[in-house]
Amino acid sequence: MARDHAHLSDEALVALVARADDSALAELYDRFGHVAYGLALRVVRDPALAEDAVQDAFLAVWRSAARFVPERAKASTWILTVVHRRAVDIVRREEPRRTEPLEAAPQPSANLTEDEAWLRLQRTRVQEALRRLPDQQREALELAYFGGFTQSELADRLGEPLGTIKSRMFTGLARLRELLADTGREEERWNTPKFTS
Amino acid sequence: MEHTEIHELSAAYALDALDADERQEFEEHLTHCPKCREAVASFQETASTLAHDVEMPPPPASLRDRILEQARRERPNVVPLRPRWVFPATAAVAAVASCAAIGFGVWAATLNNRLGERPEAVGLIGAQGSLIVNRSGEGTLVVRNVDPAPVGKTYEIWVIQAGTPVPAGTFAGGDRVAVTLTRKIPDGAIVAVTLERAGGVANPTTTPLFRTGAL
Repeated sequence: MARDHAHLSDEALVALVARADDSALAELYDRFGHVAYGLALRVVRDPALAEDAVQDAFLAVWRSAARFVPERAKASTWILTVVHRRAVDIVRREEPRRTEPLEAAPQPSANLTEDEAWLRLQRTRVQEALRRLPDQQREALELAYFGGFTQSELADRLGEPLGTIKSRMFTGLARLRELLADTGREEERWNTPKFTS
Repeated sequence: MEHTEIHELSAAYALDALDADERQEFEEHLTHCPKCREAVASFQETASTLAHDVEMPPPPASLRDRILEQARRERPNVVPLRPRWVFPATAAVAAVASCAAIGFGVWAATLNNRLGERPEAVGLIGAQGSLIVNRSGEGTLVVRNVDPAPVGKTYEIWVIQAGTPVPAGTFAGGDRVAVTLTRKIPDGAIVAVTLERAGGVANPTTTPLFRTGAL
């Protein structure tokens, strides 16, 4: 498959999608389809439902790309937000599936493509930031984001007052943002050429 | 609800941890709270990085095909309904002023013509280019240095006869634009361009960026 749009930014691709350019939609899918599917699968825990969530989300992107405001959000954030919302809506509708075991991820491949290598780097960064988060905050974020639980369900499940859960999610997400920004700055330092005499 | 309390919900909203009623209530709050909109945007960016947390299997290849097929089937179509549309004489001037202010590509054209003397090329005033019309009324708009249409927008050409606009093509702007009108230009018609939502619309919704005289 030729990637005519490979040189374009994610946001430029969304602008082309807004002009009904289906090859731009294909490129966006090639960039985010794997992560989107993985996210949906973690939330809905069923391959067919995960495909539904991803398909709904990319078609929502196709239909509403004209309303995307690049100053307000990154295209990747927008796409993953739409995917997550769809997945959560599906899992709440399909309640019993939430307890089914999650299928195992494949063994990491030795020969990484450029995209896979980038994904792995992102994964390391996120995992590192999550590790540095206080346990209770990490638990609240993971149960909310991957479990698809509402804040009230979380309060019941964890036996904590709703206010405590709200605070944990707020503080946890704010702290995660700081930690990710820190690792981002570390990456910048790594990327800065160093000259030694 | 106290603002600090509802502001805290920006995190739960970004994590999709609100139930349907709470979500709706918070979205109403967002419409008039720029501070929370900003918090949500930032938290959504953080939350979406969680998607990279664990390696997951790739989607089946058939999913890509299904999405693209469905998208192609949904490609927007322009349905010409042609209700009457009043074209105020001052609109072009106002449009030029307002569009210049927000930095869109604006050009103006005047087509001086008389019945029976159909020109081959009519110069555009305020832009580099011409409208080329052949004897059977087929027209091509040739313009240089048109600012690209903003995201989600397109330039749309209208052939207007007796006050009724008919869509005659869209274009995105660029250094060199050459668009063949999808409609013939009858004697006495005028040609105008508006900025519309992507894909084009059946009827103009904005003031014209330029209009021509009657051909």
